[in-house]
Amino acid sequence: MSAPLLSLRGMTKGYGPVKANQAIDLDVAPNSIHAILGENGAGKSTLMKLIYGVEAPDAGEVFWNGAPVHLHSPGEARRLGIGMVFQHFSLFETLTVVENISLIVAGTKATLAARIRELGRDFGLEVDPFAEVHALSVGERQRVEIIRCLMTEPKLLILDEPTSVLPPQAVGLLFETLRRLRDRGVSILFISHKLDEIQAICDRATILRAGRVTGNVDPREHDAHDLARMMIGRDMPPPLHPDPVEPGEVRLELSGLDHAPDDPFGVALQGVSLSLRAGEVLGIAGISGNGQSELSRLISGEVRLSEARRDDVRMLGQGVGHLGPGARRALGFAFVPEERLGRGAVPEMTLSDNSLLTAHGQGMLRRGFIDRVREAEFTAACIRDFDVRTPGPEAEAGALSGGNLQKFIMGREISLRPKVLFVAQPTWGVDVGAAAAIRQRLVAMRNEGVAVLVISEELEELFEVCDRIQVMHKGHLSASLDARTTRAEEIGRLMIGADGVAA
Amino acid sequence: MSGMSFILAGMLAAATPFLLAALGELVVERAGVLNLGLEGIMALGAVVAFIVVYHGGGHPAAFAVAALAGCALSLVFGFLALGVRANQVAAGLAVGILGQGLSSLIGNSYESLTVTGLAKWAVPGLADLPVVGGLFVQDIVVWLSLLATAAIWGMFRFSKLGLILRAVGENPQAARAIGYRVIAIRYGAVAFGGAMAGLAGAYASTVYTPLWADGMIAGRGWIALALVVFGTWLTGRIFFGALLFGAVSLASLVAQTEGWAVPSQLLSSLPYIVTIIVLGIITSNKRLLKVNGVASLGEPFGP
Repeated sequence: MSAPLLSLRGMTKGYGPVKANQAIDLDVAPNSIHAILGENGAGKSTLMKLIYGVEAPDAGEVFWNGAPVHLHSPGEARRLGIGMVFQHFSLFETLTVVENISLIVAGTKATLAARIRELGRDFGLEVDPFAEVHALSVGERQRVEIIRCLMTEPKLLILDEPTSVLPPQAVGLLFETLRRLRDRGVSILFISHKLDEIQAICDRATILRAGRVTGNVDPREHDAHDLARMMIGRDMPPPLHPDPVEPGEVRLELSGLDHAPDDPFGVALQGVSLSLRAGEVLGIAGISGNGQSELSRLISGEVRLSEARRDDVRMLGQGVGHLGPGARRALGFAFVPEERLGRGAVPEMTLSDNSLLTAHGQGMLRRGFIDRVREAEFTAACIRDFDVRTPGPEAEAGALSGGNLQKFIMGREISLRPKVLFVAQPTWGVDVGAAAAIRQRLVAMRNEGVAVLVISEELEELFEVCDRIQVMHKGHLSASLDARTTRAEEIGRLMIGADGVAA
Repeated sequence: MSGMSFILAGMLAAATPFLLAALGELVVERAGVLNLGLEGIMALGAVVAFIVVYHGGGHPAAFAVAALAGCALSLVFGFLALGVRANQVAAGLAVGILGQGLSSLIGNSYESLTVTGLAKWAVPGLADLPVVGGLFVQDIVVWLSLLATAAIWGMFRFSKLGLILRAVGENPQAARAIGYRVIAIRYGAVAFGGAMAGLAGAYASTVYTPLWADGMIAGRGWIALALVVFGTWLTGRIFFGALLFGAVSLASLVAQTEGWAVPSQLLSSLPYIVTIIVLGIITSNKRLLKVNGVASLGEPFGP
């Protein structure tokens, strides 16, 4: 192997008692695509922040082309030739593409726009230089980020979970772009938790688990089982493929729902129809930002319709479009929103008090006073049954890790014994084992006759738990597809609107 | 002089203190910082400028000293809000009260004294027009503040500096991630805003009403703050708002001298009411607020 472009020795970073990175060594060769593989919470993002100078390490050394360097700020990292494409983009939404780029690269707008178009052609990253960023799709924003990095002519490009926002077809395009970049002398650090992607394009993989390096291999010489074992410390849980059960009556129905959001950056829903029966799981696929959050607020009751349009949303045989979340929950509806902190739970409150927020109907109130004993029992049962790792019911919700809090919120909502359960992004940020447990719970709910609606960006997850899948694209919802017979590519085409709009 | 031409002749001068302070605050807020201490900073600028003019230092020196004093006091706010990341609302209020207290203390022995204002400069030709002619007879500060309005509009519209300020205000984390020194940029914006507020105070006490009386700023700082928000952080709208406020305050004077059978308290409150209604209608457009609003306004930022 040639002399490394970037070397890390003994990088250590802690946040309070949590050791996010412990003595990490890493060598990135020139002209290579190097993977950092690990689960959510394994320390990948922390390591990238150290390399990019966003955070300072507690200990450890960085060498660039063999010379020791200290990275105190992203500006310094960029001067060395390190560029980074963030998972949650660092673009300015109210500015145009060319304005965003001119913040980093010198030149007039006209010359920059010409270079943006040229790079777009060379690397398959076409984007309109004069479009405002908030009007772009997530995939286009990623292109802007990559172009912005390329304009600074980096030697090393860091991509943090770049495929998590892309439909399957676009992943192939991105990989083609990355290979072209490598061939022109740019090394790439590719962060991911998806084994197949890493095997597809990476020359080298460093595997992290719980803040430590557990492997440093050529991913093409190892099969997925080996990589998974290094990543999670045991074999991957086998995927579920639940047998279908006979669905019962319709419990949730939208028929031709149109809705223009108040938020100018929101997505207008047009003619959205779905019908969910007891004993089935319906999945909504799609790249985020295509109207899923608007749809979820309409179903949960956070956004209400006028009295006249009450029948646009029907739940358990009633028109509920005009009802708020409390009234819908009283009918037997339960909801796990995608944002855990602030919408699914109140971070400053204890788990017990968070239980009270939605489970107060479970005998926790007596003549308007809170029955603390009942509240604590309910919470303790959630913690036990859903394997929530926490000191106890009195822990603050905000102190739990994302995955544990998700398990708690899922547990709380499932314990309400709902007739309709709606879960947005059930396993975001949850480790593999817990994610498998959550999926099993969803299927178990279905088998008990609950109507389950799931919104997810992870296609594999939808194929695992759903009976039927509908795809959301630009505010339209596709017709229903059978999850057992439909191929991922078909869903992918609908995700980017390639089949036109199916109503 | 008819009521109409009186209003036209005087509204630019009446608007100037609001305009200068609001333009400065616009830059501060665009960078994501909320400085509520404007009123006190204006008061401090007003008193130091008055003292310089009173002792014969002349207007240019007075405005320079006022700008420096405003700058210095706003940096006290900057240290609290940016240096130690205090709550911006509390820090702004505290610095505002400090400024008002300082101005009373410093101006104690100058109470009710007067100085001579500035000569007016007429645009040749235009100044002789009937009715609107008065509009073209203004002192130099008014002309310069019109220039400043155009300059700040142009800065946000065309320059890299304007782009950087907007970027820092919209998403400071991202701005830092691409290599900008967010805190330094925000300090710069706060210092500029303080200097502008100092100039606004100086204009009020040495040109518009050339006298010192404790509390003479009389809420102008708060109106300037409101103009920035109601003007949805757009230079043109803020200019229009300041002008409207100036015009209506003169109109209420005209109404009083003409002896309208309206309580004078109602007339004096008219500028506030009209400004709130007009700009309130503008602000009711949520889309406009979302597109032009400053996403990180008032939030402490630390690496």
